[in-house]
Amino acid sequence: MKLSVLVNEGPYTHQASDSAYLFTKAALEKGHEIFRVFFYHDGVYNGTRLMVPPQDDRHIQKRWSELAEKHKLDLVVCIAAAQRRGLLDENEAKRQGKDANNIAPGFRISGLGQLIEAGIQAERLVAFGD
Amino acid sequence: MSEEMQGGIIKKFLYVNRRAPYGTIYALESLEVVLISAAFEQDVSLAFIDDGVYEIVKGQDTKASEMKNFSPTYRALEGYDIEKLYVEKESLAERGLTEADLLVPVKVLSRGEMADLMESNDVVLSF
Repeated sequence: MKLSVLVNEGPYTHQASDSAYLFTKAALEKGHEIFRVFFYHDGVYNGTRLMVPPQDDRHIQKRWSELAEKHKLDLVVCIAAAQRRGLLDENEAKRQGKDANNIAPGFRISGLGQLIEAGIQAERLVAFGD
Repeated sequence: MSEEMQGGIIKKFLYVNRRAPYGTIYALESLEVVLISAAFEQDVSLAFIDDGVYEIVKGQDTKASEMKNFSPTYRALEGYDIEKLYVEKESLAERGLTEADLLVPVKVLSRGEMADLMESNDVVLSF
């Protein structure tokens, strides 16, 4: 089945972020297609490469980035949600006159239209959050 | 443009609003998705249940909280051809509200009818 995944909550704060990852990984292992994973609300924080969790804990951003590399996943962070929360890629940092960017490998920043498209193109859009 | 991009697929999108407008960001960011979806020429409906009914209550004043009052945007939805707004009867009653307290025209549905509405949509996004 062709699936899209929506992640609405931040890493470590909420299990939704873990569940979304585990679901995506399991779906891929079962041979399903993941059209896109879209990060919205505090979910955008899953895509910051500046997170430094304790070494004996899971590294949520790295987990996503590695899964994306292995399966050529499309990880999209909502630009509007990202901007108000301080998540920037190189282009956005330049455009907004900021001195740094923090987007993690495998993630890209784009518009909400990508979420609508994910809903249209996938057979199921599976949302994780409250 | 958007329609071509999606190969002419039109799906029924239902946005379910369940939270009060200012305690969390969900209501505002839900509205942002709704506005974008209008550009994709999809069949869009909005549902307001639980504390979500407070999002469309008249007379919102956010000055003291220093937050942006985004409630006028609900009135602008009509201009984006988003006219299917549904409110759950029980949620209004539980909060001592009536249709007259709302700032946009809505269709009031019972809890059972709300379940049917969700069942009849292709993509249900709950905020």
